Amino acid sequence: MTHIIWIYIAVMAGVTFLIRVLPLTVIRKKIKNRFFNSFLYYVPYVTLAVMTFPAIVHATQSTWSGIAAMAVGVAAAYFGADLFKTAVACCVTVFVLELFLVH
Amino acid sequence: MKDGVPIALGYLAVSFSLGIPAGKAGLSPLQGFLASFLCNASAGEYAGFTMIAAQASYLEMALATLVANARYFLMSCAESQRLAPDLRLRHRLLIGFDITDEIFGISIAREGDIPPLYVYGAMAVAIPGWSVGTAIGIFAGEILPARAVSALSVALFGMFFAIIIPPARKDKIIAGIILVCFTLSYLCSVLPVVSGLPEGTRTIILTVVISAGAALLFPRKEPEGETDKTTSPDKEEEAAV
Repeated sequence: MTHIIWIYIAVMAGVTFLIRVLPLTVIRKKIKNRFFNSFLYYVPYVTLAVMTFPAIVHATQSTWSGIAAMAVGVAAAYFGADLFKTAVACCVTVFVLELFLVH
Repeated sequence: MKDGVPIALGYLAVSFSLGIPAGKAGLSPLQGFLASFLCNASAGEYAGFTMIAAQASYLEMALATLVANARYFLMSCAESQRLAPDLRLRHRLLIGFDITDEIFGISIAREGDIPPLYVYGAMAVAIPGWSVGTAIGIFAGEILPARAVSALSVALFGMFFAIIIPPARKDKIIAGIILVCFTLSYLCSVLPVVSGLPEGTRTIILTVVISAGAALLFPRKEPEGETDKTTSPDKEEEAAV
């Protein structure tokens, strides 16, 4: 049972396109349902948070550098670092720590 | 088109980071280029790449893409109110193709009906930036030493933090929800039975359950205001989710 990457990409692209295009072409009124609006409002935060942890801990060569990167990333973002700075801070943390942790 | 240049530069960095997990999932630079060219979504693509890495079914792939991109649905709803009523279908399809946080942000920030040409100008620079960045990221993942790839692997997560943490600082509800997400996500990765599910599937289930729970417990006040909040200024800067 092997899956073909090209088909995966086609599925991704098709679904993504439909989600974006359907409302633009079909819906002409504002969506008033409060639950549905709230649900859509929370989805990006939830999905990003769920995908980040614990995945970040397993993405690196050492568990500890992943945990450290998470702490640094949360702190940097909390104190106002933008996307690029936060990302660089995480990368540098892992790189420096793994000089000691991974041989 | 001028407004698209800073967006394209921001995209390069994000999509480069996205190329690292894409390469790990087994995509070639060409495949990554194409995936980014066609999808234009970082969270959605990342979710997709984890599905590819897990050899998930095509149905799971469709569901993961659907959930991770759900908010474009909302943006599209909002943008539909701002197009000239007589705008042709082909223009609507083209504009819809590249509704991202940033393109949506700069389009919706203009007064009056959105002129399609303005959107196309921004797309013309942003999409190549996004697609090429992914291809370079995959290529870099192939040639760089393991140590460097390990460090670059956290770049995308760092950007995710930069997106979710600032709103959490302002809004305790979001902060609480993120903590719940981390906790449940961790538990689901270690508990028997659920941990046997593919990672992408767990993401779908958790996203739907937690978001629905949050929407039930803490419904947002003004439905109209939501669309603006989804693209709050700190996200618009360079987030390409």
